[in-house]
Amino acid sequence: MQLFVEQVINGIANGAIYGALALALVLIFRSTGVLNFAQGEMAMFSTFITWKLTTGGLPVWGAILISMGIAFIAGAAIERTLIRPFEGSNRSPLNVVIVSLGMFLAINSLAQLVFGTDPQRLPSPVPNRRLTILESSNGGINITYPTLMLIAVLIVECIALWWLLQRTKLGLKLRAVAADADSARLHGIKAGSMLMFGWALSAAIGALAGAMVASSRVGFDASLMQTIIVYAFAAAALGGFDSLWGAVLCGIFVGVANSLTVQYVNALDGIELVMPLALILIVLVVMPNGLFGKRTVERV
Amino acid sequence: MSLLEMESVAGGYGQVQVLHGIDLAVEQGHVAVVLGANGAGKTTTLRAISGMIHVQGDIRFNGTSIVGRSPEAVSRMGIAHVPQGRGTFTDLSVDDNMRIGAINRKDGEVESDLATWYDLFPRLGDRRRQQAGSMSGGEQQMLALARAMMARPQLLLLDEPSLGLAPLVTRELFARLGELNREQGLSVLVVEQNASLALSIGHWAYVLETGRIAVQNEAVKLQDDEAVRKAYLGF
Repeated sequence: MQLFVEQVINGIANGAIYGALALALVLIFRSTGVLNFAQGEMAMFSTFITWKLTTGGLPVWGAILISMGIAFIAGAAIERTLIRPFEGSNRSPLNVVIVSLGMFLAINSLAQLVFGTDPQRLPSPVPNRRLTILESSNGGINITYPTLMLIAVLIVECIALWWLLQRTKLGLKLRAVAADADSARLHGIKAGSMLMFGWALSAAIGALAGAMVASSRVGFDASLMQTIIVYAFAAAALGGFDSLWGAVLCGIFVGVANSLTVQYVNALDGIELVMPLALILIVLVVMPNGLFGKRTVERV
Repeated sequence: MSLLEMESVAGGYGQVQVLHGIDLAVEQGHVAVVLGANGAGKTTTLRAISGMIHVQGDIRFNGTSIVGRSPEAVSRMGIAHVPQGRGTFTDLSVDDNMRIGAINRKDGEVESDLATWYDLFPRLGDRRRQQAGSMSGGEQQMLALARAMMARPQLLLLDEPSLGLAPLVTRELFARLGELNREQGLSVLVVEQNASLALSIGHWAYVLETGRIAVQNEAVKLQDDEAVRKAYLGF
């Protein structure tokens, strides 16, 4: 029982990362209708920047914030220079998918070129201690501080995003462009600026997620996000691709499902990635709208 | 000076030219009606004004040329455009839709305007928390009208508001439009296939044929002109 609860908590913590990255995927998908396959690599590159800043003597929280700022600007620049020329209502959405696949390879190679191929270590923003709750004769349940941090960061992120999207004018503009870009422009909303902002925001969220993963590991290299992005895609698909909250909840679900399969299903030892792939397939076949996707009711 | 003036406006989509030199004016406080068959260029005329297509010729709003400006810039100058299909933000709530209408307003009267419009269109008020896409076509057209009015426009462009609506709903819509014009002095350029209803609230009317103005006259006179009715309007 104790092991089970600990595994669930670990799963939630990993799931918080999948959820955060899925959030970034969904944000771009909702505003542009495009899946950004390079999302994970953008996050990985930002993580290297965070690490580089800490080696320069910056405290890790400060490094994460600065790197999020850099990612924000870089995300906007990528939308402007690499995405916008290839999208438009008269072009196939596949164009941007191909561009994002190209970015996946390019950013990965660039990271190895700039930062080298040796694993690096990002210090944890919180002390690596553990908290024991529900103490009993057989030991109680252990939760580490980094685990708590992952969960806390996701909660703060969700509240901030919710506030931005539902409570501010900027958020309303973003949602308007995501719902109908042409109509939004007829209402005087600069659709181009909003798409740029969506990419910028996603890149910043990715930078935070990347730092969270890296700091919870012994070391990281350019392959940091490559399996995680698959879990994030599974979470986004499960959540229905257009629901932010669905992405977060399903990220946590995928995380828990994964940590329990790893613990209890020996047959999948070493091939744990089967689990998210199977989830993606099942969702696409059984309920293409996902668990939280809006079955848009449209009457004409 | 007219509120809106189009002078030999030509343009279209890519290689396909739809407008072959349109001359048209909307006077301050008037309702101008553009009639014509499918494919005559009615929608394209409105899209030209809103900067959604490239045009040659000149379009002036309050005397200022607006050719070459983006749709968002034209909107900010005070022209509200309700497109065909109504431009509903289907997965947003009715209330969010209304607020999008007022998104660029800096005055502090958005809330009181909201209340006014919900009073005028109680069906919208009742459904303000509901997903806009779940409403009927007629309700969505009312929403489109109210949302456009939330911008406090000087000129309202309406693209075939009657499309897909029941006759009774269409009649109510035009009654509301007539009220807005008479009571608030709203200037309107409405494009319609339903000629008799549109002419009943119009001051001046144009008949468009293959991208050119074929006939123009006072709306009342056009309505009574049997030759024009038979040739172009089919009633």
